[in-house]
Formats: sequence, C-alpha cells, structure tokens
Amino acid sequence: MSATAAETWRRRAAEQNWLVRLFDNKAFLIVMCLLPAVGLLTVFLTYPLGLGVWLAFTDTTIGQRGVFVGLENFEFLFSDPIFWNAVFFSVFYTGVATIGKFALGLWLALLLNNHLPFKSFLRAIILLPWIVPTVLSAIAFWWIYDPQFSIISWVLIELGLRETNVDFINTAWPARWSLIWANIWRGIPFVAISLLAGLQTISPSLYEAAMLDGATAWQRFRYVTFPMLLPILAIVMTFSIIFTFTDFQLVYAITRGGPVNSTHLLATLAFQRGIPGGQLGEGAAIAVSMVPFLVFATLFSYFALARRKWQQGETND
Amino acid sequence: MTDAAAEEQVPTSRTAPPERLSWDSGMRRFVVLWLPLVCFVFILLFPFYWMTVTAFKPDAELYDFQTHNPFWISSPTLAHIHKLLFETAYPSWLLTTMGVAVGATFLSLFASTLAAYAIQRLRFTGSQYVGLAIYLAYLVPPSILFIPLATIIVQLGLFDSPLALILVYPTFLVPFCTWLLIGYFKSIPFELEECALIDGATRLQILRQITLPLAVPGLISAGIFSFTLSWNEFIYALAFIQSSENKTVPVAILTELITGDVYQWGALMAGALLGSLPVAIFYSFFVDYYVSSLTGAVKE
Repeated sequence: MSATAAETWRRRAAEQNWLVRLFDNKAFLIVMCLLPAVGLLTVFLTYPLGLGVWLAFTDTTIGQRGVFVGLENFEFLFSDPIFWNAVFFSVFYTGVATIGKFALGLWLALLLNNHLPFKSFLRAIILLPWIVPTVLSAIAFWWIYDPQFSIISWVLIELGLRETNVDFINTAWPARWSLIWANIWRGIPFVAISLLAGLQTISPSLYEAAMLDGATAWQRFRYVTFPMLLPILAIVMTFSIIFTFTDFQLVYAITRGGPVNSTHLLATLAFQRGIPGGQLGEGAAIAVSMVPFLVFATLFSYFALARRKWQQGETND
Repeated sequence: MTDAAAEEQVPTSRTAPPERLSWDSGMRRFVVLWLPLVCFVFILLFPFYWMTVTAFKPDAELYDFQTHNPFWISSPTLAHIHKLLFETAYPSWLLTTMGVAVGATFLSLFASTLAAYAIQRLRFTGSQYVGLAIYLAYLVPPSILFIPLATIIVQLGLFDSPLALILVYPTFLVPFCTWLLIGYFKSIPFELEECALIDGATRLQILRQITLPLAVPGLISAGIFSFTLSWNEFIYALAFIQSSENKTVPVAILTELITGDVYQWGALMAGALLGSLPVAIFYSFFVDYYVSSLTGAVKE
C-alpha cells in the first residue's frame, strides 16, 4: 500500500520538468534568492568601499586615471587647516546635535506616552519633519535664517528684545549653531517615535510596583523607564550618530560650507574637493578619514549602552 | 512600640498617592503636559507653515514686513506656483523623481524579499552571518561611497542617466527592507509552509502562494518606506546627474531655482512645498505603516 503511494508520488515528481526540480533544490534556491540582493550590494556598496580606499591613495582627478601616491593625500590634508576645521565641526555638530535630539526627543516621547486625545493624529503630525525631503525643509530654514527677512528677527524686534536683525548664517559661530538647530529639528521626530515604541513595551506593572514602593516620578524614570529603554536607545543612538556625522544635505543646502569654510562637515568638504573641484583622490581621502570616527562612535555608543543594560539586568536578577 | 511606629508610617504612605493624583489634574497637567506638547508641535510645524505662507505671497508683501503682517497673506497669489510649473522644468523633474523612486523601490523589494525569505525560511549554515552582513551594509553612509560610485557610474556609461540612480539607491534600501521583511517573515507561522510542503508544493509555490500573501502588510511598509527614502535622496542625485531635465526634485530646486545673488524666495518656497506635497500626501494615507516600519526596523 505504502509502496504504491510512494511510487505514484515519485512518478509525479518525475513528471515535473527539470527546471522546476532545479528550483526545488535547496542549495540552488538559496543562491538564486540571495543573488539579487548580494549582487547589488557587492557591486554598488562593497566594491565602491574598497575602491574609495584605493582612490584615497592615488592622485585621480576627473577624466584621468591616477597613480599610487602613498600617503600624499593624507599628508596634504593633515597640513590643511580647512580639513582640521571640518573635523572639528563634524565632531562638534554630531556631539551637540545628538545630545539635543535625544534630550528633546526623549522628552517628547514621554509626553506622547500619556493618555492623550487624538494621539495617532499627533504622532502623524510630529513625524512630518522626518518624512519631507531634508533639502526642502533645509531651504525653508535657509529662508527663516535670511539675514534681511528672517521671521525670527522680525518677531524679536517687534517684541522689543532686539534692535537689529539676528545674524544667523553670516558669521562662523552663529552659522554653526543655526545648522545644529536645523539638524536637531529634523532629528527629534525619529528619536521621539522610536523611543515611544520602546516606552510602550514597558509593562505598567513595573510602574505600579515602583509606586507601591513609594518611588517619586524622577525615581520611576531613573530606575524603571531609563534602564528598560537602554537597548532601543543604543540602537537609535548608533544610527543617529552615524547619519549626523556623515550629514551632507543640511549643510550643503543652507550654507554650502561657508562663511569662509567655517561650517564644512567632512562630507561637504569631500564633495566640494571631489566633484566640482575634480580632485577625486583627495575627496576620497577625506571620505575615508570619516571611517575611524564612525567605527569608534558605533562601538562606543553600542558597547557603552549595551554593557550598562547588561549590568542593570544582572543586578535586577 | 514597633506597632506604633508601623501605624505611624502607614497613614503617611497612604496619604501620599492621593495627594499626587490630585496634583496630577488641572493646572499641573496643563503646565507639565500640554504646554510643552503645544510648543513641540508649533516648533516642528512652523517651517512648513512658513513655507506655505511664503509660496502664496506676492513679492510686494514678501519683502515688506512693515506694512504687512508677515504671518498672514493679505492678497494670496498663485504667481510663484505658476512660474514654477510653466517657466521651469518642474514637471519633468517630478516625472524623473517619480520614475526613479518607483524603479528603485521595486528593484529593492524584489531583491530584499528573496533575500529575507532565504535568510529567514531556507535556513542554511551561515544564514545569520549573511543577515548580519546585510545589516552592516545599512551602516555604510552614502557620504563615504559617492566619490568611488561616481567613477564606477562613469565607467558603466550611466553618468547623467536616471538609471544610475535606480541601480544605486538599493544600496541603502535593500538592507533596510531585508531587515524589515525578515522580522515580518518571522511572525508568519512556519507550520503553514510545512503543510504546503507535505501537500507537495515546491518552494517557489510556497513563497508565491503562501508566504507573500501573508506578508503583504510588511511589503507595503517596506515599499512606502523605500519610496520615501528614494524621493528624499540627495547626495547621489547631486553627484551623478548633470543635465537639468534629468535632475530629481530636491536637487533641481536647490541648483536650478537659485540664479544669481537675489534668491526668488517665493518660487523657492513654492518648489519646496510642491516637492514635499507628494510624499506628505502619500504619507498621510499610510501613516500606520510608516510608524510600524520605523519602529519595527529599530526593534529588530
């Protein structure tokens, strides 16, 4: 009985043509399934990454194949004050903007975690700055920061707080702070909504237990909310640091690195030297010099936060 | 003695919570919750309001704050929108952007669905490491890649062609979509596929007829997310496209509308508004998918 069943089954399998059988072969199927994704990523991500490192050690310009020049590009950059200024501003921009984004984003997430009417509508509105193309909202900020027709200047003068227009982007330090504020503005929604998702997974019984033990609001935040939020905080912060450090759009749209190169980030400097300037080798060297910062920032934020989470878990058990 | 001490403590700890609750209502709730929330919403939305107001203001009002209140429009005009639509190549920028976004989205969805299925369902030795490698690819920012990619694009003869963007955008879309879909496939019971296997279905039939229909919400999330990310992409489009009519909206507005030293703020804001509207409208239809994909990707 069972033998005949197996035989018919085998015959049916044989009836299927070889193509179908090939696609039912697990190893073949795995290769075929991974091929598009891995192929795309290899050709347009891994290979360029390697090529970028190679270009950094050559004197390639647009339209001319370069030759290997060793560390010449880096030696030139290390003696270039504009490069060091870009390094400084990239670190400063990332540091201040990350702190601002996470402080305000966490605050907003805690506010949204209350019982509110129209909660989903509020959440939808708050995500808007993150959905809209960054360059376009950056242009809006550029207009808000206009030296002559800034709306902020107008309000401050009308309120009698200032006599003259505020100088937002025409000198180095105000320009830096203006860019940092625009970056914080753009980053708040992402941080707030991600952390809100983390907050909603925290069990209310933990707060009830803390309340019974007489914990104050601050203690409930410090010893319940914060430790429970750390894993998601670590991931969101890693992403935020990487994409703030390599930011390009905001600076390019609002100041283009000016006034007098004071607001160049490494990415905008790499673009300026590499594409319009034509010095592909030098641009690639600037881009490659971002990698150590990125690796360090990633490892730091990930391990620092992840380790504290682990310690917290151990003491709680 | 000990009893007395305990009794003394009990009333104080009992009175504390009601007191806090009574504080929670009214004035305190307003100051602690509503006031900051209103400030947040105001600050987050103000640039959009300002963008809209500027786009519909005639130039006379735009540059004269003394006689007109800048927060309001006395005589709204469509002049800036008209100028944008009929005197610039805006419609063709819009078409290019739409084409690139749709093409890149479908390419990434195709690649990442197959990859996620292979990693999550056709478990094989090292499938975790392939997943991890794809995740790490998401951490490589475009700012590092655009210079070498520009040389590759030139070598492939794709410079100044929207096809270059369709091929390059998956570098940041595929890792994201793959991780989103791996998470989604995980939530689909494996037993359903086992049933189909016992019934003699091939692996491809299972993927097409069982897993994919169940994963539609995940596919929609990944799709609209990819669409938005491609619409908003800037640095590759800036570096790889030269001719005016092939530019995408964000790049074109920044490079084509700014002529000379006097900025046409009305037209610029109209361009920014019209460039944001498609994604904003798209977004308003799929808000829940956005939130779920954003938070889903972070949780994975």
